[in-house]
Amino acid sequence: MVLFVPEFSLNPTEMSEIAEKVKSIIVDKLGVEPSEVTPEASFTNDLGADSLDTVELIMEFEKEFNVSIPDDQAENIGTVGQAIAYLEEHAK
Amino acid sequence: MALRRVVVTGLGAITPLGKTVAEYWDGLSRGVSGAAPITRFDASKFKTRFACEVKGYNPDDYFERKEGRKMDLFTQFAVIASDQAIADAGLLEGVDKDRVGVIWGSGIGGLRTFQEECIAFGRGDGTPRFNPFFIPKMIADSSSGNISIKHGFRGPNFVTTSACASSSDSIIAAFNYIRLNMADVIVTGGSEAAITEAGVGGFNAIKAMSERNDAPELASRPYDKERDGFVLGEGAGALILEEYEHAKARGAKIYAELLGGGLSSDAYHITAPDPDGNGVVLVMQNALRDAGITAADVDYINTHGTSTPLGDGAEVKAIQKVFGDEAYRLNISSTKSMTGHLLGGAGGIEALASILAIQHGVVPPTINHFTDDPELDARLNFTFNQAQKREVNVALSNTFGFGGHNTSVVFGKLRD
Repeated sequence: MVLFVPEFSLNPTEMSEIAEKVKSIIVDKLGVEPSEVTPEASFTNDLGADSLDTVELIMEFEKEFNVSIPDDQAENIGTVGQAIAYLEEHAK
Repeated sequence: MALRRVVVTGLGAITPLGKTVAEYWDGLSRGVSGAAPITRFDASKFKTRFACEVKGYNPDDYFERKEGRKMDLFTQFAVIASDQAIADAGLLEGVDKDRVGVIWGSGIGGLRTFQEECIAFGRGDGTPRFNPFFIPKMIADSSSGNISIKHGFRGPNFVTTSACASSSDSIIAAFNYIRLNMADVIVTGGSEAAITEAGVGGFNAIKAMSERNDAPELASRPYDKERDGFVLGEGAGALILEEYEHAKARGAKIYAELLGGGLSSDAYHITAPDPDGNGVVLVMQNALRDAGITAADVDYINTHGTSTPLGDGAEVKAIQKVFGDEAYRLNISSTKSMTGHLLGGAGGIEALASILAIQHGVVPPTINHFTDDPELDARLNFTFNQAQKREVNVALSNTFGFGGHNTSVVFGKLRD
């Protein structure tokens, strides 16, 4: 499955509420600077996440947005933009 | 194959008396109590509401937030103390890291992590939402794992678990691997961080801990007639053990020689000590034999001495059986009177106390002595209340753990 990658930037004034929450979760869990959290940024290649960090991120998204992300779909969420797109579609 | 000699070339400590070796020794030699009301959780409903916590501890002083979050407190203590010891020994450059191991001790592991994850699950609807870091944070060997990852030490790596004897066992295991030529240097010692609801509640249930809530700093009083149990402590003590020629060749500072170690089991009861002290007699005899010395060579015994009514007496009787009249010549002290009981971390910080006694020529005291126990021989020198100056050539450190595990480690001034 190919996920839609949004074209928008993560400028706070233009960000959706979901995008803002996703960004703050990533900053918190991965200990990175907000400026590094761009839509194209890969959790593992750009933001220093290992396999366990990635699992923890997905769990935090599930908790924050009250969704259940199946493993086969979680595998396709590798960048900030992919996470935002998925959650904007599925968040309750 | 001849056994190789093993020396101590680095020390590190984070303890209820201070967060460096210098602060720890300062507290020990001045006879300071590390006990105070518990701050790590609301203990108001607990039978024991005090402990020996590491004071003013903030993980952000030592770790990037992301790094610290992935370690239970007992692993943070392990990394902090071992970092100090590694720096003290000058180990970071010019050693073959394939020949450097880490053998750590912890009796319990990540109790806080375990407790928090289980509480969170219990509060939910049965859907498992365990954090992916739950298991790697909780397991006791995350301590030795994290130390090796941080420094790239690829030698032998594991953790010993034998309750309150854990870190004496790690020291002996490290000693054996080096003298058998399976490593040249090993980072060893132990840590514990069990001042949690589960830890305090669990030990209260065994009726093993002091309940002297009106005077925490007077509660740990080994060999006093009014002793009523141990005081829980936390922290870590780290030692760098190194093969003697290896240490000499790189011009390392040598604190002491590890002369030998002994191990035994009570084979009696899972928590109560054998009142006849048979296992404790055996462990000291084993240690003296391994060190190639006799009772007459020992100057100081850093006892297990937890301040429990049964345990203290059994250990003293055993010392008298092993040492005979030589027992009257010894300095005996329990530094748990000051640090509290670090459980699986006790052997680490008490090995340091023994080594520092040798280095400084000062025996740290057994504080909080008010009333003689008529069951104990008053001619013994328990080093009550004040440190005593004494040339210490050989010090023996005892630790005993629930399960009946007994371990003695013998340190000596370096002889040529």
